[in-house]
Amino acid sequence: MQELMKARAAALLSEGKVNRVLGWAAGEFVYDVTPTVFESREELERDFVYSPFCGANLSKYLVKEARKEGKILVFLKPCDSFSFAQLVKEHRIPREKVYAVGVECYGKTDATALRSLGITGIVGAAEQYGALTLNTLNGERRVTVAEAMLEKCKSCKTKEHRLCDELLGEEGEPVSDCSRFEEVEKVEAMTPEERFAFFRGELSRCIRCNACRDVCPACTCETCVFDNPASGIAQKAAADPFEENLYHIIRAFHVAGRCTDCGECTRVCPQRIPLHLLNRKFIKDINEFYGPYQAGDDPETPSPLTDWKPDDVEPGSAVRKGGRA
Amino acid sequence: MPMNSPEKNGVGKEEAFRPKIVAFCCNWCSYAGADLAGTSRLSYPAEVKIIRVPCSCRVNPTFILRAFGRGADGVILCGCHPGDCHYTTGNYYTRRRMTLLFSMLDYLGIERERTRVEWVSAAEGAKFAETMRDFVATVTALGKNRRLEDLRCRN
Repeated sequence: MQELMKARAAALLSEGKVNRVLGWAAGEFVYDVTPTVFESREELERDFVYSPFCGANLSKYLVKEARKEGKILVFLKPCDSFSFAQLVKEHRIPREKVYAVGVECYGKTDATALRSLGITGIVGAAEQYGALTLNTLNGERRVTVAEAMLEKCKSCKTKEHRLCDELLGEEGEPVSDCSRFEEVEKVEAMTPEERFAFFRGELSRCIRCNACRDVCPACTCETCVFDNPASGIAQKAAADPFEENLYHIIRAFHVAGRCTDCGECTRVCPQRIPLHLLNRKFIKDINEFYGPYQAGDDPETPSPLTDWKPDDVEPGSAVRKGGRA
Repeated sequence: MPMNSPEKNGVGKEEAFRPKIVAFCCNWCSYAGADLAGTSRLSYPAEVKIIRVPCSCRVNPTFILRAFGRGADGVILCGCHPGDCHYTTGNYYTRRRMTLLFSMLDYLGIERERTRVEWVSAAEGAKFAETMRDFVATVTALGKNRRLEDLRCRN
């Protein structure tokens, strides 16, 4: 796959169809893959990778990159293509400046999960038919992809691309047994005291690094509320539990109705806070109260929070049901 | 009773809890409703502090959270009845936003009775007073807001 992608990108570059390529480059270690813009075939040849560690969603980089001169090629996994479609829908990315190439994905690997399986010193990784072969300093190790998947890939909703210009590899299908709301339901079933204690335990680990906001493809404001020094909640460590709650509620609320559930927030959190639980709660509520909605699914339907119906559910009765309608 | 017993000096005596309630009222309906309650000599609890907003949809989720952070024990949002918004559709957006926000607060384990949305028209002075009495009673029964307070603002 990697060689196929490299060749295609190089061909499009030399044809002059695009003048830059947005992809992933190897970092210091094989598992710290970094999103990078490649400007020449040499750079591509040297640094481009598409490995089991390419979990990063590239769509957000397009907001800035697509404003530059010329056309940019981007590689999108199925879940990334939803974020891309949503950004195009919101007019954040001029569609004509981007050449999107869909690439297949069967779940990406979490280096931390590998470490907890006792696999360290990884120097190479290859995936084939759901099996992962890892070259480590202590010899070769084999695991299944499912054993060490990123949190976001465990609840993959589709392997089908939403928006791209061409496809490398095979188009997949929607995942029929996607159970992404299971965890949310588990929390909902707790008593309020248990829920409070649970979220205190999770959110109190937050160090306010803002990584979840910076990586989120739905968070594309030029100036964020959390960067306003006059707000009193600008970038700084949270002073008390209230600020943690405030930050996380507002962060999730600002992307409600636009979050495609790409799971990047949970992936990048250095404290491993399950941030997707907040985003998915909003998605679940929206689905239950206002009908099924998937952000980035189609370019026409207005987002649930910029739309209304005269007979919408009242806040009181909705909360009494507690999303357990 | 000894001269300096705590009871006599009022020290250690538990004062009855009086909640702080913030009511966001839309300029066109609910604020006028509150005004009507006043001119009709209907009393409603003094715990309610009204903040006038141009439309209920002016209220941003941060306002609600901030009110709790700064010491409110309950927050109520009053606007025109759906369909009667001065700006035609503002309160429809409010309704969706607050539904999601309150559901999220409930999800985080914050008592759901501390938040409320009520539609009060300019002609409903009696409803305004009744709503506030009921809300204050509910929040008083819940006690102090401890789960969504800013420790630095505790008094």
